[in-house]
Amino acid sequence: MDDVMQQQETELALLSNHAHALPKSRTGIRGLDEITLGGLPQGRPTLVCGGPGSGKTLLGLTFLVNGALHFGEPGVLMTFEENAEEVTSDVASLGFDLPDLIAAHKLAVDYVRVERSEIEETGEYDLEGLFVRLDYAIRLVGAKRVVLDTIESLFAGLKDDGVLRAELRRLFRWLKDRGVTTVITGERGEGLLTKQGLEEYVSDAVILLDHRVHDQVSTRRLRVVKYRGSYHGTNEYPFLIDEAGISVLPVSSMALAHDAPLDRISAGIPHLDGMLGGKGFYRGSTVLVSGAAGTGKTSLAAHFLDASCRRGERCLCFLFEESPQQLLRNMRSIGVDLEPWVTAGLLQFHADRPSRYGLETHLSTMHQVVADFKPAVTVLDPVTNLMTVGTFADVQAMLTRMIDHLKTENITAVLTSLTPGQTEVERTETSISSLMDTWIVLANDDLGGHHRRGLYVLKSRGMAHSNELREFVLTDHGLDIAANGGSSRTPPGNGRATPEGRDRHAAL
Amino acid sequence: MQLSENTGAAPSPEPKAYRLRLYVAGKTPKSILAFTNLKQICEEHLQGRYEIEIIDLLENPQLAQGDQILALPTLVRRLPEPIKKIIGDLSNKERVLVGLDLQERR
Repeated sequence: MDDVMQQQETELALLSNHAHALPKSRTGIRGLDEITLGGLPQGRPTLVCGGPGSGKTLLGLTFLVNGALHFGEPGVLMTFEENAEEVTSDVASLGFDLPDLIAAHKLAVDYVRVERSEIEETGEYDLEGLFVRLDYAIRLVGAKRVVLDTIESLFAGLKDDGVLRAELRRLFRWLKDRGVTTVITGERGEGLLTKQGLEEYVSDAVILLDHRVHDQVSTRRLRVVKYRGSYHGTNEYPFLIDEAGISVLPVSSMALAHDAPLDRISAGIPHLDGMLGGKGFYRGSTVLVSGAAGTGKTSLAAHFLDASCRRGERCLCFLFEESPQQLLRNMRSIGVDLEPWVTAGLLQFHADRPSRYGLETHLSTMHQVVADFKPAVTVLDPVTNLMTVGTFADVQAMLTRMIDHLKTENITAVLTSLTPGQTEVERTETSISSLMDTWIVLANDDLGGHHRRGLYVLKSRGMAHSNELREFVLTDHGLDIAANGGSSRTPPGNGRATPEGRDRHAAL
Repeated sequence: MQLSENTGAAPSPEPKAYRLRLYVAGKTPKSILAFTNLKQICEEHLQGRYEIEIIDLLENPQLAQGDQILALPTLVRRLPEPIKKIIGDLSNKERVLVGLDLQERR
């Protein structure tokens, strides 16, 4: 899946090099403005289509509210399905205060209701009434943005398709002439982007929203199908709807603008600190600990948690496999007692079965928990369990976003990764390794009836680190790494598998 | 053509049984035709029992929302209740009568 990531990175790099020829209207939706290189085509209509519940209305409303609040562009919402009260309550949970915006003349809402059974059609007509209303609302607030949600409802309300189509064509041209940036939502149709083929009339930009449910796990995606006169990302991007509204996850939002703190914190195991240039991890960095089952990944993470709590730092531990009780018991058996830290409120566990909900929900939950607890240190154990709820690309995008967030908050993160079988490094790890600052690999060996454990630092950015493979033991007083490099000359398994692996990864 | 027929405040001795409101946007051929057709139908079927109010949305655009006006011309029967809506230039007389409940739907 590194391919996907590289492809996305290349694409976005390409995009950002391209001159912003076309004037754009920013949506303020994180990620979307990046994919579209600045937003929707200014003064032109954009079609946003998707199935029921795909987030069309929310995208439109976010565009309007952000315009009114942040970009000095008042807006008009013409809604055909929900009345103003329903829309207002729908988005209140996102912190959108529509009545306030309406009172401040930054937003006008007009609910257009058409009931076929109440209307008798006789003779020729046009939809000038719709134009009059829209014009009135636009003038009322000096609108620069318009959202029509979902204008296709008119097809159910009026019998004369011919008139309707001609009038919609006229409407979209009229909106263009008015120079307002318009979002037109449309319901996904069979074999068509929209039920009524609105894409035929809106040729400037088309955004497709998709909401798939696989194995009762939902994933949302967004794709820019068309953007006339502008480069745009063509991939499907996962997107998220949470308390903070919509956000799209382009891999590149890995903004590379994080602070790179210079202070170091102990990994909790003196000899490991020694291997890491003598000082441990960089604060705010991201550490991957990978290895097969029973190699001591969680133990290593527990040492780190223990050491961090000793420093008085708040620690948050996400568990995707064990319960907190199991982990506490197991760690106590190797002499790491985390219970007092839990009691003291310094350490908090958050256990969730990965399959409980989709990746975007996991991500938003984690965001929320992090925001609430404000940890200095976070452990995710094991991230590989998330692979059961999504594809590599999805999980990678999700982790990218999560790590991005943690880095922004200067939170040091340790992610454990379960390597199936004895192959040291699986695609799971390579797919996320580029996001990692430090990568510690744990290995097992049972040859000769003697169970041995080994550990080495595969990479650690920005520090001189040991390249040796060190043998370690799990004792009742913790994880004990052999003091010097002596054992490195005879790695577990007589160097059968490991050195090859190391050579293989030298290029990483 | 006169776009005011019994509009507004003219006090009538007894309230008219049929209160009709015709929404138009300017004097377009369609709106003139609609008014002519309406006048004729009313004279034929509702003589002395109706009043017609013409609303030009170009002058009063804010009135379009209240009656949920979309198509133009639109005839709204405000009384007797329930409110009825007939859209178009009213050239199909039979359907207008059906819409006004003056004739059974066939």
